[in-house]
Amino acid sequence: MKCGVVIFPGSNCDFDTHHVLKNVYGRDTVFLWHKDHSLHNCDLVILPGGFSYGDYLRSGAIARFSPLMQELQEFADRGGMVLGICNGFQVLLELGLLPGAMLRNKNLKFLCRHVHLSLENTATPFTNRGEKGRILHIPIAHFDGNYYTDPATLIQLKQNNRIVFRYCDTDGKITDESNVNGSMENIAGLINKDGNVLGMMPHPERASEAILGSEDGRVVFDSVFHYLKTGSLQ
Amino acid sequence: MKIRVLVSYKESVLDPQGQTVRNSLLTLGYEFIRNLRQGKVFELDIDDLPREQVNRLIPEIAGKVLANPIIEQFEWEILDEKGETRP
Repeated sequence: MKCGVVIFPGSNCDFDTHHVLKNVYGRDTVFLWHKDHSLHNCDLVILPGGFSYGDYLRSGAIARFSPLMQELQEFADRGGMVLGICNGFQVLLELGLLPGAMLRNKNLKFLCRHVHLSLENTATPFTNRGEKGRILHIPIAHFDGNYYTDPATLIQLKQNNRIVFRYCDTDGKITDESNVNGSMENIAGLINKDGNVLGMMPHPERASEAILGSEDGRVVFDSVFHYLKTGSLQ
Repeated sequence: MKIRVLVSYKESVLDPQGQTVRNSLLTLGYEFIRNLRQGKVFELDIDDLPREQVNRLIPEIAGKVLANPIIEQFEWEILDEKGETRP
């Protein structure tokens, strides 16, 4: 099982993510340069957080045209596992691998803090090790995380259980106050129709070691490794 | 040939930055401003192409790259040598 972390100019969570995969999980992990044309037979490709191309034009808008993204699109179309974290989620939206777009946070502030997330769907390759309704404590760090989509798409996302994480309060209640960035339906993470592409604004790689204050992010990595090993969501 | 592309949020999308700018103007006493929406301007210097090609290509790049059609809309115009709107 091999993991790849894509580096764009301006990525800044690439080494943190690589560290968790390689040192915390002991997985064979490589960096993938955005100008390459090969995913080097990786089974899991992660688009890390950061500010690819300085967020010029729109967050993730320029990274979408990197040469490697063509391979990523084909990899995802074949069912390859893709995880986009923060800026990586924004790139997945611009690529069209996930629906919708990100607006500036409703309070116009860059938000860098731990938040509570409600785990809404555990029948996915990325969340099968969690319990439905579990409250996760994971940090966010973004300016453009205010999720927006058209009403018809939002209905489809809800009907098909594609909203995986939602911002909630400490008791797991989905409230306006806990909706830190103003996202529609408190959306913090979404999965595609086939379940092989997940985008999330919170940073699981920053919550995977006890010394950092939370290990709740491990549910994402535990789940995807379990799925890649067994092919099962159970 | 000069082209100007204007990108703005769709009416259905909230524009907190525009609202904040409007609020600042209200604070300064410019109370006649009912609404303010912020956008982006792109000025392109392009080869002299036949008009029908320009009509096809500019909306193509505006819709594909300059604007995100999920949240944004765009308008475009051809400018004369002085940078003014060509009638």
